[in-house]
Amino acid sequence: MKSQKKLWLFLGAALLLSLFLAGCGSNNNEDTAANETSGESTNTEEEFPETEISFLVDNQTVTDGIDAVAAEVKERYNITLNTEIRPGGTEGDNIVKTRLATGEMTDMMWYNSGSLFKALNPEEYFYDLSGEEFVEKIDETFIETVSVDGATYGIPGESASAGGWLYNKKVYEELGLEVPNTWDELMANNDAIKEAGKVPVIASYGDTWTSQLVILADYYNVHSQAPTFAEDFTANEAKFADTPEALRGFEKLSELQEAGHFNSEETSTTYEDALRMLAEGEAAHYPILTFALPAIEETYPDQIDDIGFFGQPGENAEDHGMTLWMPGGLYANKDSENVEAVTQFMEFFLSEEGQELYMAEMKAQGPYVLKGVELPEDAYPAVKEMVPYLEEGRVGPALEFLSPLKGPNLEQILVEVGLGMTSAQEGAESYDQDVERQAQQLDLEGWNE
Amino acid sequence: MLKVNKIYSLKLLIPAAIIYGLLFVFPTVMSFFFSFTRWNLREWTWIGFDNFKMFFDDPSLLIGFKNTFIFAFVTTILKVIFGLLFAVFLTSKIKTKDFLRSAIFFPVLVSTIAVGIAFSVLMHPSEGLINEVLAFFGISGPNWLGNPTLALYSVALVDVWKGVGIATVIFIAGMMSIPKDYYEAIQIDGGNKFDAFKNITLPLSRPATNAVIILALIGGLRTFDLVWAMTGGGPGFSSDLIASIIYKQYQAGFYGLSTAGNVILFLLVALIVFPIFKMLTRKEVDI
Amino acid sequence: MQQPLNDKKMMPQPEHEKNKNPKKKVNFTKIAVEVMAVIVVILTFLVPFYFILVNSFKTSAEASQLSISWPTEFRIIENFTEVLQAQNGMLIRAFFNSSIITVSSILILMVVASMAGFILQRRTGKSISVIGAIFLSGLMIPPAVVPTIWVLERLSLFKTMPGIILVMVAISIPFSIILYTGFIATIPKDIDEAAIIDGCSSWQLFFKIIFPMLKPIHATVIILNSVQIFNDFVHPLYFFPGADNATVQLTLYNFMSMYNTSWNLLFANVLLITIPPFILFLIFSKKIVAGMTAGSVKG
Repeated sequence: MKSQKKLWLFLGAALLLSLFLAGCGSNNNEDTAANETSGESTNTEEEFPETEISFLVDNQTVTDGIDAVAAEVKERYNITLNTEIRPGGTEGDNIVKTRLATGEMTDMMWYNSGSLFKALNPEEYFYDLSGEEFVEKIDETFIETVSVDGATYGIPGESASAGGWLYNKKVYEELGLEVPNTWDELMANNDAIKEAGKVPVIASYGDTWTSQLVILADYYNVHSQAPTFAEDFTANEAKFADTPEALRGFEKLSELQEAGHFNSEETSTTYEDALRMLAEGEAAHYPILTFALPAIEETYPDQIDDIGFFGQPGENAEDHGMTLWMPGGLYANKDSENVEAVTQFMEFFLSEEGQELYMAEMKAQGPYVLKGVELPEDAYPAVKEMVPYLEEGRVGPALEFLSPLKGPNLEQILVEVGLGMTSAQEGAESYDQDVERQAQQLDLEGWNE
Repeated sequence: MLKVNKIYSLKLLIPAAIIYGLLFVFPTVMSFFFSFTRWNLREWTWIGFDNFKMFFDDPSLLIGFKNTFIFAFVTTILKVIFGLLFAVFLTSKIKTKDFLRSAIFFPVLVSTIAVGIAFSVLMHPSEGLINEVLAFFGISGPNWLGNPTLALYSVALVDVWKGVGIATVIFIAGMMSIPKDYYEAIQIDGGNKFDAFKNITLPLSRPATNAVIILALIGGLRTFDLVWAMTGGGPGFSSDLIASIIYKQYQAGFYGLSTAGNVILFLLVALIVFPIFKMLTRKEVDI
Repeated sequence: MQQPLNDKKMMPQPEHEKNKNPKKKVNFTKIAVEVMAVIVVILTFLVPFYFILVNSFKTSAEASQLSISWPTEFRIIENFTEVLQAQNGMLIRAFFNSSIITVSSILILMVVASMAGFILQRRTGKSISVIGAIFLSGLMIPPAVVPTIWVLERLSLFKTMPGIILVMVAISIPFSIILYTGFIATIPKDIDEAAIIDGCSSWQLFFKIIFPMLKPIHATVIILNSVQIFNDFVHPLYFFPGADNATVQLTLYNFMSMYNTSWNLLFANVLLITIPPFILFLIFSKKIVAGMTAGSVKG
């Protein structure tokens, strides 16, 4: 009995204590944080007022480059970058939207460029950078993806990347294969690889997002054969299911499945597994975004030079192009007290010195979108293989940079197609429905009568 | 006789009512309203029943309904069966009672996400421990989470594993409140252990059984976090539950649509649980 | 096979066999059943935790094989220090936050839910049963996230510790009220009347007499709810965002990036965040049943 009384007394005391702590907890934290930082910085304190900027980034973006720049910015301008990590994917999108709507966004944010960004209603939340000098360094192609009504809200936070097929060059050499220029050649290569006892194509549905690449990377072909598709699609005038050029992507996925070109255990194979299979030559192809290259280098540094790249081929060998993804951007919160510090950070980030620091940590996954910044000599071999596409202009943007429509269930629908649970036609139809739901819910023009 | 109102002042109800009313009832009522709108968090447009129509047009919803029923009933039945078995065993005279009870209850303490992560590793088709053990006995284990027809049941099994501890504790509590002389009486009448179980334990554990059924059913109809951590509703849509469909719509920014889904889920839970509750309590045997 | 010579000595007399052996057999089967049960329970319930434990001791490379084998190289101290230091000691901050959220919401919950349970159980009539039904409906309705944020903002409680605490209390009230009403039903009403005749107000009646009698069910409420709140992942994510506001479940994300999952650190993290609920369980384990026995199971 006595000990129990003591316990309740203890709990009561804990309640009081915790209420007290809860009441002043947030202030306390800030104070200690401020003390810590002022202890560290010595030289710059007098020239620049001490500033902290908060930065929200998803947990799938590698921040080594940004961290390196941030360390230098701290030295020079006494600006500390406090990084806050959020989940990626649609879950992360939702967090970003909720925090914007409730006024809880950080000073600076990392986010996709293109239609995903434009869907955030940037004019309400983000600081217009178009007056800043450093914006002039950025390529027009990128500027378009982060601009609304003449106002520019973001700067590129990395290099662009491509969506297409990574392949193992050693496997190609061993089997005497050549980089395919048409879909039929690719399928023929796959047959040969399968015969040799290797996995022709990796399907890594353990991470469902990877299921989308065969469709998304096919967009160069759609764009070149049906140039108005993106526009018509957005305006509710064209559908995947009844546009043969667009349906091809679904059919290609289905063909790979029917031909038995995928690995076994697709649903338990993760992105990580896939990178290993490709790097170690257990598999020959992996349709993926080229941001996989730094990840391969990190885990398999000796094999990175064995990895090559080609765009997803179409029917015409003369028109073999690649689909390009614009880099993610850095954006400044319009309502932040530290807008000046954020633009200061951005300016340095885009400066020559800033980019050098950045590139020392992060290699390019594709072309840079800064004027006059070329691919360095030591770029990944796979990235160098992009040069002919770029030089000859056989490059097109991914659909998500042309249209705000992207149904949330695409990954799952494509897993079903990729596993042979549904046909290409059915998959395309249910994706069209998924898109319709999105367009109506987000109230896009032409979808709600 | 004193006045009830005076002894049991409603003032005691006020703190709970304020917190619950402000942070649960009011937002819920608001969400009922928003289920009839197209809503982007800043502005809304009244669109009547369109969200409900759209929700029911979703082809994956049919799978979701079916899966939700399967998941809720499978987990409830298994929790009742195993909970009852464990409880009977743990209330008998055994030496390792405390150890066993703690071991069975232990998974309740671990976060759902951690359990989900651990089991998706253990259930890997070729490298997972479960199939390695099966392979040792010459059984080729299935692809627990990757096989579309199996995934839902695999998650349900893990849910039972994680939740059976609570069911067991409720049953133990029920059995301990059965007066000992009942058992003595049946021994005197020459009944064996099984008679005692059939004629005393089972009927008199009725209230506990009801509590387990209702809690497991409500939980099973509403939860999706374990499914989310283990399969994400996949492969494809094969292990999607209504709650995970709603969550996906919410993530996609379909706030009106997902609140409509919430209203439907609530009605569904009420429609299933309420009659079962009535039926169970009517038959309840009082001690 | 027994040798014929020993037959007489070893084997009991036939008459004895009839009388004695059944008892021995029962004892033997009983022990056998118990041993079997222990083995089965260990295999199904504890091996997964053993798996987590050994892998948290391994090097990153060895852990990535995800096997149950004994570590060839122990990295216990390195792994756990790395987990504690990750993201500038995020786990320690998270422990601090989660503990305060859990302890405060449980304490508030105990007081407000037991009071409400008392009134809901004791009073009768249409209006009180409507109120009761509203409280219980919370078991079935999933919380509406965005409107709740809207309300919290109006109260300037969004993103604050008191805000998340109150939300957790609100969410946990329905289940706790069920537990309390079930238990209070077993307390005779005579006690209330006697207290009132002695001059207690209804507040005094509750706090001086009823509340202390609820100890067994308090234990149940504490353990079941605190595990729930401490292990909650989704609600803090929505109602308590911010880098300083991390809660323990969020720390699991530190080691699960898209590029590579550090299984050894991830499992070490799982172990660390399971310690507080486990300690709580050790304290209250025997009392969980006691609280429920008295009546809550009547539902």
